[in-house]
Amino acid sequence: MARIAGVDLPRTKRVEVALTYIFGIGDSAARAILAETAVDPDTRVQDLTDDDVNKLRRVIDNRYKVEGALRTETSMNIKRLMDIGCYRGLRHRRGLPVRGQRTHTNARTRKGPRRAVAGKKKAPKK
Amino acid sequence: MARSIKKGPYIDERLLGRIERMNKSGEKRVLKTWSRASTISPEFVGHTVAVHNGNKFIPVYITENMVGHKLGEFSPTRMFRGHSGKLADKRARI
Repeated sequence: MARIAGVDLPRTKRVEVALTYIFGIGDSAARAILAETAVDPDTRVQDLTDDDVNKLRRVIDNRYKVEGALRTETSMNIKRLMDIGCYRGLRHRRGLPVRGQRTHTNARTRKGPRRAVAGKKKAPKK
Repeated sequence: MARSIKKGPYIDERLLGRIERMNKSGEKRVLKTWSRASTISPEFVGHTVAVHNGNKFIPVYITENMVGHKLGEFSPTRMFRGHSGKLADKRARI
């Protein structure tokens, strides 16, 4: 069983793909790691030798920020933006798009499901 | 090396000069500026800069975390108080 950085790698996939199951390792990082450790990207995870797994683990543990540590860093970055009161921080606080996208329509990823507007057609009292 | 790095950060020269003079004399005054595009450099830390938002000057106290951002990021130009409707009406009356 190949367990790297607290993640079980899917055993029937090619290592190149299996490594991307680790949060923080994408296609290019996976390829770079395999090139460096001289492990064939086409081998299946179940066919990896213990030696290979240890080599991969060493490289990832020492040089890549993955999983929990990476998530912490990301949320700290966002928290910093919110704390200094800059525009990007304000957008994060309100859950709106941060990078200048339109909000007249769309932006549903950030805003979440549509909310019905209560009393939209009603004339305001007083 | 990216072209933008080669060119260096943009800081309004007059503003930077005023900050540096204040750093030398050790005085602290609120500086009004329209230069929202100026990058905050480490010299700014500890000063208060009043940044124009198109309507009025918003005082911004510069902390270390803000270095590298632009002054305009701290002086919002739009004000959104919410949409009209029952809820807004209720809020307005309180």
